[in-house]
Amino acid sequence: MLRQPLSRALGLSPSRVAPLTARKFAEQVQAQPDNVELFIDDQPVSVPPGTTVLQAAAQIGVEIPRFCYHERLAVAGNCRMCLVEVEKSPKPIAACAMPVMKGMRVKTNSDLTRRAREGVMEFLLVNHPLDCPICDQGGECDLQDQSMAFGSDKSRFTDIHFSGKRAVEDKDVGPLIKTIMTRCIHCTRCIRFASEVAGVDDFGTTGRGTEMQVGTYVEKMFLSELSGNIIDLCPVGALTSKPYSFAARPWETRRIDSVDVLDPLGSNIVVATRTNEVLRILPRTNEEINEEWLSDKSRFACDGLKRQRLVTPMIADSRGNLTPVDWEEAVVAAASALRDCPPDKLLAVAGELADAESLVALKDLLNRLGSEKVCTEQYFPLEGAGTDLRSSYVLNTKIANVEDADFVLLIGTNVRFEAPLLNARIRKAFIHKETDIASIGPKVDLTYEYIHVGDSASIVKDFATGSSSHEALKRLESAKRPVVIIGADQLKSAEGPALLAYTQELALRLQDKLADKEWKVLNVLQRTASQVAALDIGYKPGVGKHLQDGPKVVFLLGADAGVVTRESLPKDCVVIYQGHHGDVGAAIADIVLPGAAYTEKRGTYVNAEGRAQQTLPAVTPPGRAREDWKIIRALSEVCGARLPYDSLDEVRDRLGELSPALVCYGEVQNNNYFAQARQLAQSLQKPVSGKLDVQLKQLEDFFMTDAISRASPTMAKCVQAVIKQKQSPY
Amino acid sequence: MLSSLRTGTQSLWRVSSRALQTTANLQHDSLFVHRDTPEDNPSIPFEFTAENQKRADALLNIYPEGHKRGAMIPLLDLAQRQNGGWLPISAMHKVADMLNLPKMRVYEVATFYTMFIRRPIGKYHLQVCTTTPCWLRGSDAVLKAITDTTGCHVGGNSPCGKFSVSEVECLGACVNAPMLQVNDDYYEDLTIEDTKEIIEKLKRDEKPKPGPRNGRFAAEPLGGLTSLTEEPTGPGYGLQDALKA
Amino acid sequence: MAGALARVVQATKTHIGVVGPLVNINNGSVRFQQTQTKTKFGPLSDSDRVFTNLYGRHDWRLKGALSRGDWYMTKEIMLKGTDWIVNELKTSGLRGRGGAGFPTGMKWSFMNKPSGGRPKYLVVNADEGEPGTCKDREIMRHDPHKLVEGCLVAGRAIGAQAAYIYIRGEFYNEASNLQVAIAEAYQAGLIGKNACGSGYDFDVFVHRGAGAYICGEETALIESIEGKQGKPRLKPPFPADVGLFGCPTTVNNVETIAVAPTICRRGGAWFASFGRTRNSGTKLFNISGHVNTPCTVEEEMSIPLKELIERHAGGVTGGWDNLLAIIPGGSSTPLIPKDVCETVLMDFDGLVAAQTSLGTAAIIVMDKSTDIVKAIARLIMFYKHESCGQCTPCREGVSWMNKIMYRFVDGNASPKEIDMLWELSKQIEGHTICALGDGAAWPVQGLIRHFRPELERRMAEHAAAHGPSKAERLY
Repeated sequence: MLRQPLSRALGLSPSRVAPLTARKFAEQVQAQPDNVELFIDDQPVSVPPGTTVLQAAAQIGVEIPRFCYHERLAVAGNCRMCLVEVEKSPKPIAACAMPVMKGMRVKTNSDLTRRAREGVMEFLLVNHPLDCPICDQGGECDLQDQSMAFGSDKSRFTDIHFSGKRAVEDKDVGPLIKTIMTRCIHCTRCIRFASEVAGVDDFGTTGRGTEMQVGTYVEKMFLSELSGNIIDLCPVGALTSKPYSFAARPWETRRIDSVDVLDPLGSNIVVATRTNEVLRILPRTNEEINEEWLSDKSRFACDGLKRQRLVTPMIADSRGNLTPVDWEEAVVAAASALRDCPPDKLLAVAGELADAESLVALKDLLNRLGSEKVCTEQYFPLEGAGTDLRSSYVLNTKIANVEDADFVLLIGTNVRFEAPLLNARIRKAFIHKETDIASIGPKVDLTYEYIHVGDSASIVKDFATGSSSHEALKRLESAKRPVVIIGADQLKSAEGPALLAYTQELALRLQDKLADKEWKVLNVLQRTASQVAALDIGYKPGVGKHLQDGPKVVFLLGADAGVVTRESLPKDCVVIYQGHHGDVGAAIADIVLPGAAYTEKRGTYVNAEGRAQQTLPAVTPPGRAREDWKIIRALSEVCGARLPYDSLDEVRDRLGELSPALVCYGEVQNNNYFAQARQLAQSLQKPVSGKLDVQLKQLEDFFMTDAISRASPTMAKCVQAVIKQKQSPY
Repeated sequence: MLSSLRTGTQSLWRVSSRALQTTANLQHDSLFVHRDTPEDNPSIPFEFTAENQKRADALLNIYPEGHKRGAMIPLLDLAQRQNGGWLPISAMHKVADMLNLPKMRVYEVATFYTMFIRRPIGKYHLQVCTTTPCWLRGSDAVLKAITDTTGCHVGGNSPCGKFSVSEVECLGACVNAPMLQVNDDYYEDLTIEDTKEIIEKLKRDEKPKPGPRNGRFAAEPLGGLTSLTEEPTGPGYGLQDALKA
Repeated sequence: MAGALARVVQATKTHIGVVGPLVNINNGSVRFQQTQTKTKFGPLSDSDRVFTNLYGRHDWRLKGALSRGDWYMTKEIMLKGTDWIVNELKTSGLRGRGGAGFPTGMKWSFMNKPSGGRPKYLVVNADEGEPGTCKDREIMRHDPHKLVEGCLVAGRAIGAQAAYIYIRGEFYNEASNLQVAIAEAYQAGLIGKNACGSGYDFDVFVHRGAGAYICGEETALIESIEGKQGKPRLKPPFPADVGLFGCPTTVNNVETIAVAPTICRRGGAWFASFGRTRNSGTKLFNISGHVNTPCTVEEEMSIPLKELIERHAGGVTGGWDNLLAIIPGGSSTPLIPKDVCETVLMDFDGLVAAQTSLGTAAIIVMDKSTDIVKAIARLIMFYKHESCGQCTPCREGVSWMNKIMYRFVDGNASPKEIDMLWELSKQIEGHTICALGDGAAWPVQGLIRHFRPELERRMAEHAAAHGPSKAERLY
């Protein structure tokens, strides 16, 4: 069955499907066939059959210029920039599409090749406006660079009638992407991205010949959570970032490698800054996590870092209004509140953006003050194995391996909006590997076809016990690499423990039967970037029970999800809020301690698969805001419960003591003890009757989910635009 | 785009000031983006008639399972015929629905092929071939005769609304040049008088006899056959030995 | 591998491409290299004509077709099997009639490879659109049964389960005739289940296009049948590996398919007895433009061009001496001036020797009254209109050439631009995905090759009247 128009690309180069990183599971599938030897510029190179000339050349460091070719998209072969001479062929061939042949002699620097490139370059420039000085792509433009490297040094274009270059109407594809379609060179990367990766088939070419346009034909917003990636893909300035337009030139910016925290995957990013201001965020390639994509929220919410910030410590005055104070005053007030509070009435709640360092500092502080009540906003069942075994709360399959799955069961999760790049992986598997997907939960648009099993929780039970006769279960049971993903949101309800127990039962029943003993089936998809680290450190998930105890002092570490409200607290309860945004948490606080956002500190975050990564400071915290662990360290001193670390390294040593996984940056360990978790969960398998629902159903729900994105004007525009688009007949 | 010679030369003469060329300033080019108009917008419903639905089902039948998309061009053509010779956007949406395809894929096809007309046109679509073989034999004069008699400029509709005139590329009747296509019929070997006569008849809604106008039947040389003068040979003529039982 | 490479070059562009003949004629046709003994070619006798109802003077329906010997012993031909049919075709020396002239027998033999359970398809290219060409139209409206029978024979030879005939959308009446013929054949049990009683199941479908010359390129045609834009695919993979609906496919021109049954009946050797070696057979010629009686006629290959025109088309208007130039094989072939026309033989090799190509054998005659530059400019406009826009050299280059050509018409250009235009055309040629770019480049090259003085004269005239062209200063 051909799923979509990729068949020809697939036919060409199977090696594209599992690019660059040779993953363990991929290797097992394909036996290594004999390599083909060819010569590129007289250098011998040996590659597997099916590799293209361009890829083979890349292996020995010969770069062939290209516009339309992109290693993660189907081969289009239409820009003709990669033409190279092949001995015995009278015509130059397109290196991006030509599979290698034995004994082929490719010349990437011969006269014929150079003339072909120069010709293509000249043709591209015939209708490309030379408006580089006012083009946002300037400095990072493939066309600019390649015309310098491979173009002619003079222009032969004579337009004596001033008939002008081809002018194409700009399209309105939403608040994120600015289009200047006259600059388009028709490489069709955006079209291929939209249909292959994003799964939103709204781009295409209309018309033909010199009048051919890339666009949407009708006025339509690009309704995708991954839309920003086409800006990176566009080799020219046809698609540029609207929020970043005319902001800076690439050579003016400092680029700091960092990690995204707005979804649980921890996508790798580059933060571009100038004069202590975050200008934009770009993806950084990490094959294990985000490949080279980035979700729109992670990319564009960065303007939220400049708004609604807490820039100074504050204390509520007699009328309850927060008033700026000195650090000293605020710390003393907070410390005395903490010190004077009976330990059993002291509660700390960590929010979704908290880094592991501040989490461990806060926990240590509370422990020293005699309280064990450190918890996260997000709930997770404590019954059974609870959070003792890491395998029960992370993505055990690992993000990259999801591509190799042959059947994916989603339970109560809208992966598309909860973890867009995980969804992109599932879609990749769906398209390239014929993976099938089933979902238990509400019917949502996941950008690919799936078997919708229903939304009742009892289906999970039936699947686990094997009493269901549904086709999806049969498929799941016969799968060689099944994956089961349950959304952490489902575990909040009273039936949560049973659901988790059933899911564990199902996953492990499947896993035990697998021939591949390394393959992990069970996955819990957390919703927030801080949760896994918090659970690793020993935070108790959920605040419900503790709130009922009537706490006297509540310390909110960036807890902005609205779980703790004034109404749920006793009247005299003191709320200390430490965080970076004036959001839900700060609104109910008596004492506000301004912290640093993820772009402003060196912090450890553990993503949903349990991989520790660190952010690096790109800018300094605004105003008098400080790094979070340092604030807590200072508080501890004043409380009289001094924490035993003075530097970040010492905090990390402490993290390492708690769990070595927290400081193994970039690595992810395999989890074990599945059987034990299953055993512990067995008693919890009680009848369930509820319905599974997800929080983020539509695209408009996706954009504003945390303190940073709620403060972002761009995200607000996106929500508006999506709602407006939904009223349009297209 | 292939603008008529008229456009070509006009734009070439118009020199002095710097003109901005937009994507669709040429005469028989249509816009490659959609604009909602009162006649053509997605809220106007489009359904195939019962009879055409049967045809559509038959069309879908000739493509193998999983490749029903192949019926796209025939279905669009059917929709266009049902809709009086032009293809509204709602018909494209209907076809997208029937084939279970993203709408964009249908837009792509509808804009790629020149036979899909995406604007309301007259009852008679007059298409004059002006490619070199026809041009050599006077297609410019034929085109002029048509625009004169219908009062319709190339790429537009006549004031009476009955005619639309297009200049098209080679229609594959080169030995019968110059020629004119009216809806589905070819009128060949035209002179200016023939052309005017055809238009006059069409104005009266009479159907002129299609085919060559200079007295020949098809593509044979006028005024006497130079080949195929004998009766055709019958079955088994010249049968090779291997087949002789 | 060499074979595959050869096919990259040959590419079998029905209509558009005339790539093959220029480059590697020897590649596939070595087996036909015999010494040339025949020296006189044409005229053909009526009894040796394949298309006996070319002018529609007889009944085109099944009854008439049967009386003219179509569908005679088709079952026996079918029962002879794949190898026999392919062999007959190889013996006949039939080369594709759509433009590229790839040996048909060899093309069919590519389909022998195991298909891995996939069905195979025959696609008939009836998207006749090359300016000057109107031969397939006559076959489809006056001799449709030849085509239907040809589909069955060719389908048998390549092991196809169905044939799709892709007919250009403008040919509505021709498609109707063809549809009627197919219905008759189904009714008579000639195709469909157990076709002709041979035990072989074979379907024939008609797919109408919608106005795109590029769909005459075989892979664009396949895309179009699949319901997509007619944009040529990259090769490899070739249609014989991955073609229609992802299955092995052979794409052949209408004329190629329609002559196949007759070749099988009368024998490959009979067909090979016409024309020079490697150029054998009979061929439909279209003679249009400035001739007294333009017509379509079936003649022997290798007939001298002059004789063809004088005998069948009533001569050039105003007499042979009034001839200016001839485009011998449809718009994409370079023109040849009068002195070449005097002696050139109308076959693949003869025209290649004259730096042009047989193409579809559509002869466009231009007498001395012709504005030759405008005639070629109009062709470039045609290519500009018909370029699919997919790949850069064709999309941008052809419209650039078009701009320059129209300035050349007026002479408002610099003589230096002639060489630049030549280079431009070379920059397009061979750099595109399909052969449309080549087809657009060649007419320009032909013009420059033979009419450079004319171009220079116009420029001088324009400069004398209006002062030096602006291009002179800008260039």
